[in-house]
Amino acid sequence: MTERIPGAFHPFVIPFLAGMLFVLGYCLVGMVRVTLELPREDRRRFLLSLITPRTLWKNIKDIFLNCLIHVNLWKRNKNLGFMHSSIAFGWFMIILLGHIEVALFLPHRIRFFYYPIFFNFFVAEADATIKGSVMMFLMDFFLLIILIGIAMAMVKRIRSRWFGMRRTTRLSLLDSIGLYSLWAIFPLRLLAESFTAHISGGSFLTIPMNWLFHQFLTTEYHILPTWWAYSIALGVFMCVLPFTRYMHIPAEMLLIPMRNAGIRVRHPRKGFAKLEYYSCPGCGVCIDACPMSVKKENLKDCTVYLNRQLRRGNERRIAEISDKCLLCGKCTAVCQVGVEGPELRVAQRERRRYAIDPDYSTVRPEVKGGSKVLYFAGCMTHLTPSVKSALSSVLETAGVEFSTMDPDGGICCGRPLMMAGRKEAADALIEKNRELILGSGCDTLLLSCPICYRVFRDSYDLPGIRVVHHSVYMDELLREGRLKINRGYECYVYHDPCELGRGCGIYDQPRHLLASAGELVEAKKNRAESICCGGSLGSLSLSFEKRRDITLASLRNLTDTEADAVVTACPLCKSTYGRYSDDTPVMDIAEVMQHKILLYENHE
Amino acid sequence: MIPFGFSLSPSSVTDLDKVDTRRYRELLRLEPGAATCIGCGSCSATCTSSAWTGMSVRKVILGLQRGRDVEVDAMLRGCMLCGKCTMVCPRGINTRNLILAAMRISKEDGK
Repeated sequence: MTERIPGAFHPFVIPFLAGMLFVLGYCLVGMVRVTLELPREDRRRFLLSLITPRTLWKNIKDIFLNCLIHVNLWKRNKNLGFMHSSIAFGWFMIILLGHIEVALFLPHRIRFFYYPIFFNFFVAEADATIKGSVMMFLMDFFLLIILIGIAMAMVKRIRSRWFGMRRTTRLSLLDSIGLYSLWAIFPLRLLAESFTAHISGGSFLTIPMNWLFHQFLTTEYHILPTWWAYSIALGVFMCVLPFTRYMHIPAEMLLIPMRNAGIRVRHPRKGFAKLEYYSCPGCGVCIDACPMSVKKENLKDCTVYLNRQLRRGNERRIAEISDKCLLCGKCTAVCQVGVEGPELRVAQRERRRYAIDPDYSTVRPEVKGGSKVLYFAGCMTHLTPSVKSALSSVLETAGVEFSTMDPDGGICCGRPLMMAGRKEAADALIEKNRELILGSGCDTLLLSCPICYRVFRDSYDLPGIRVVHHSVYMDELLREGRLKINRGYECYVYHDPCELGRGCGIYDQPRHLLASAGELVEAKKNRAESICCGGSLGSLSLSFEKRRDITLASLRNLTDTEADAVVTACPLCKSTYGRYSDDTPVMDIAEVMQHKILLYENHE
Repeated sequence: MIPFGFSLSPSSVTDLDKVDTRRYRELLRLEPGAATCIGCGSCSATCTSSAWTGMSVRKVILGLQRGRDVEVDAMLRGCMLCGKCTMVCPRGINTRNLILAAMRISKEDGK
């Protein structure tokens, strides 16, 4: 191995060098700015997590698995996973191996950080030794992997369905420049390395190509232009990177440690929120997932476009997109980066100023407590009284002594106000409910509405009181043998309510209950990918007519199983589906249990 | 004047020719559904907050049409946005958007 270029410099490295310095500087400044924008306690928490060995290890593992291997994409679709991990991991390996090569053979050149990238240009006879030819083989191997990935990316532009995606994002101009320069980098690298392979040496890819080119190209004048082109492609990509969706590559590396430290969105545009929308890769997986995308007019209201508008600062569109969303959380469930669309939107809603602020000073609800179990029906259950009476009857059969917190209608739990971005008003209601519950002397708070359940669980400070959803509570009663039912022949399909499933992670208990009552079938989209019923209180601006198609599409997903009944655990889902379901009855899980208990008692 | 122990109440008649309906028109721009209200009162009957605050979406719309801003604002302050009125509205009016829109436009904004 010898150095071919004395001084180890050639002007063609300048575009790469300029791009590299620019992108490094930009990311460094951005990183410091985002960290400084965090509230003081969050920043402390984040910096502390960086020196805690356990979170540090988790950070390294998560960055490796998510940024390089793209495990979440592999889980979604094998082709999509291979495409991304071949480019990301392959590129990482080429950079890493380049540095190893320099460290092994020319250690005094490691401080020129363009040297490992253009190694083949600067050296001669690099494959003369075993070590050298193994390195050359590995370089060619990973380049081939990347080229396959690039070819797949080109196919994906035309046939996205092969990659499990019906719709993809429409690229902005800068995104296209970034995309095409990224595509150009690796074929140009192959060309450049092939043209110099008879000097520097090469392996299974570059040497045959070099031989092929020499059949019709006899001069050496084409070597430099290809290296220049390779360097320019790299430079262009890096210069546009901060202004394109490819910003997600560096942003995600900061997002993962911050999320592991438990940082949440606190400000609509600063700190963690900014990091989240810069981490959006713009892949468009959320477009297919969004329940609103059944209507073409809603296609541009998905989280990917919210992130784009947030980056552009288009206030009109930001407000429009934020108000429309159902806050079902499915985009977060499918997002490979885990951008929290609903939280970002609620933060935008919180910015809005109102001329009139709520005042609940005249609201003085009373509670008739006394029992250890306190049942809070909530607004939505009051609108579906069958749920309330079914649950009461189930509890009586099981011999549970309970008192109802709001027999004649209590006050709201505060979650709808929270979703509308009126946090102070929500806090006022939360405080009123909290005093009532603490004053009642109960030890268990039972909820039949997932909307209430989520806010009581997450936002109420109720020391010593267990907050439990009725599906979980009935499941426990069944397991303890306090409820007796016979398994029937009815076929049930279970709909996961957004707030209960994605919101609180309760998927199995309702399913166990239904599997004990009859045959449980699964809808095509279930669990974390269940489709919102369309009745969600999350959306502020979607009108009744526009929700209709969402409900019908969601219902079709359930009724396609040809089950005898659609069962849900949310009074809002029940009444929304009930409006449009003509053939299949829609039941709450408590009603199923009540029915089964009656059958059992009559049978005995 | 001899104190009789009672007095005459001021007239509560609304002169529709003199009513300032700018706020109502602004509301219609933000939530056109408000115009389709048939005043059935389902929203008033189900309202979570009405027992304590007298909130009623029907009366809010009516009050804005008649320029009775003070009463409207007092009602709006009591809304908890629970969404029961939206669920029961036979006209499918997006009442939550209507309430939020009405809260956004104060008397000055309607000009």
